[in-house]
Amino acid sequence: METRNLTCINCPMGCALAIEMEGEKVIGVSGNTCPRGDAYGRKEVTNPTRIVTSTVRVTGGDADMVSVKTGQDIPKGKIFECVKALKDVEVHAPVHIGDVIVSDVAGTGVDIVATKNVACR
Amino acid sequence: MKDYDIVIIGGGPAGLAAAVSARQSGIDSILILERDKELGGILNQCIHNGFGLHTFKEELTGPEYAQRFISQAEELDIEYKLNTMVLEVGADKIVTAMNRDDGLFMIQAKAVVLAMGCRERSRGALNIPGYRPAGIYSAGTAQRLVNMEGYMPGREVVILGSGDIGLIMARRMTLEGAKVKVVAELMPYSGGLKRNIVQCLDDYGIPLKLSHTVVDIKGKERVEGVTLAQVDEKSKPIPGTEEYYSCDTLLLSVGLIPENEISRGMGVEMNPVTSGPKVNESLETNLEGVFACGNVLHVHDLVDFVSEEAASAGRNAADYVKEYRDAAGTRKVEDIHAEREIPLVATGGVRYTVPSTIRTAHMEADLKVRFRVGSVYQNCFISVYFDDERVIHRKRPVMAPGEMEEVKLTKEQLLQYPELKKITFKIEEE
Repeated sequence: METRNLTCINCPMGCALAIEMEGEKVIGVSGNTCPRGDAYGRKEVTNPTRIVTSTVRVTGGDADMVSVKTGQDIPKGKIFECVKALKDVEVHAPVHIGDVIVSDVAGTGVDIVATKNVACR
Repeated sequence: MKDYDIVIIGGGPAGLAAAVSARQSGIDSILILERDKELGGILNQCIHNGFGLHTFKEELTGPEYAQRFISQAEELDIEYKLNTMVLEVGADKIVTAMNRDDGLFMIQAKAVVLAMGCRERSRGALNIPGYRPAGIYSAGTAQRLVNMEGYMPGREVVILGSGDIGLIMARRMTLEGAKVKVVAELMPYSGGLKRNIVQCLDDYGIPLKLSHTVVDIKGKERVEGVTLAQVDEKSKPIPGTEEYYSCDTLLLSVGLIPENEISRGMGVEMNPVTSGPKVNESLETNLEGVFACGNVLHVHDLVDFVSEEAASAGRNAADYVKEYRDAAGTRKVEDIHAEREIPLVATGGVRYTVPSTIRTAHMEADLKVRFRVGSVYQNCFISVYFDDERVIHRKRPVMAPGEMEEVKLTKEQLLQYPELKKITFKIEEE
């Protein structure tokens, strides 16, 4: 049996969670003061995911960069691959919030979408 | 000289929310003056997510959150001028500003909303010895360089201060290929939100050294490294604890200061704790018809609360203009400030409150009093006293200086105490 220690992020209390693992299986969560801590702990050790945000270059726009994000959260282990896939991406203005910049980034099935409007220069 | 009912100084989240709510309260003549080339303020460079959970019940990035308000302002046809620097506002509410198109110009406002935001504390305020080499940036400057201009300030980074912008930049620089070696924090607790410690430092294995500071910066032309040392409870470095980190970049995330040059120039009374104006329940300063909201009033953790506060300032400015109109301009300064103001006293661990005073008659049904505590408290109570009677006693498992607290007072409650002399806010162990 293995114990993973995490800090819950659901509220400012920041409970110190201890998650008892049997291989890949969660046996129990302790240290939480509410059910949200239990759920967070279980997800964090079995399938941690994050929204990833970054920027890509724009040509012909009134800004040089446009901010982007993953349309949904992606597995934590894919974060660096995702950012790497954006390294040489360049888009042409105009760009609108929600425009798909890269589809199925790093084989996650999730699209990278723009989070800012960039008008033509 | 042009006339406007309400002139709003600053087109960031506070200015936008104030403008939208003033328009929704029936004021047509509104002008926002913004010094940057676009609306949205600092949100434009905050490309990370986590904004809007309270306001829109979804997690947005900074630019998306800003766009929601910019779109509202545009749909409501609110007038704004970009690239426009406000130089001065007189106590008579004459606004002097300039830009390339109009040159120097003056505007007569009936009400003014101060929404200039804040700026970062810089190296000069810290007394760090050493040369002044290239490679030392405030965290927000680095954020702007990386996110808006597409430049990396450096490759090997040490961050001093665990404010939220520093934490966010630790993650951002890491994702862009830099090595963030350590985050040092002078205080024994972090100044940032827990969520940011976990998702920006722990996720990437970046160590956070509490009770540590930079005691030397090496390098003449460019930063070559910094020396950290542990500090004692008086924040003095402890000899023998020095540790050297080679790096080419030092980011400073050591606090934000409300930007109140204009406010001071017009004679607005300031609160030395927040470095922002003292305001009453309507977020009105000691100058009648001059309101303040957002980070210029006190530095917030969450933009959602800025929007909420600014919307209230906008409504109050609108009410002020309507009264002004009803009275055909005959309302006198004395009339409004002759009304009895109940002072709010911050003591016993509570550093300040916003507002500083309450005029019961002018309250909306609910009033959120916001404040910060001076250190970390566990299993303590927020207590509110009406004179000597304790009326609110709420247990809080954890309170920290990095997380703003709020207490709701109701008008109904205050009306039951017509003789009330003061309201005291304090932290109690039981």
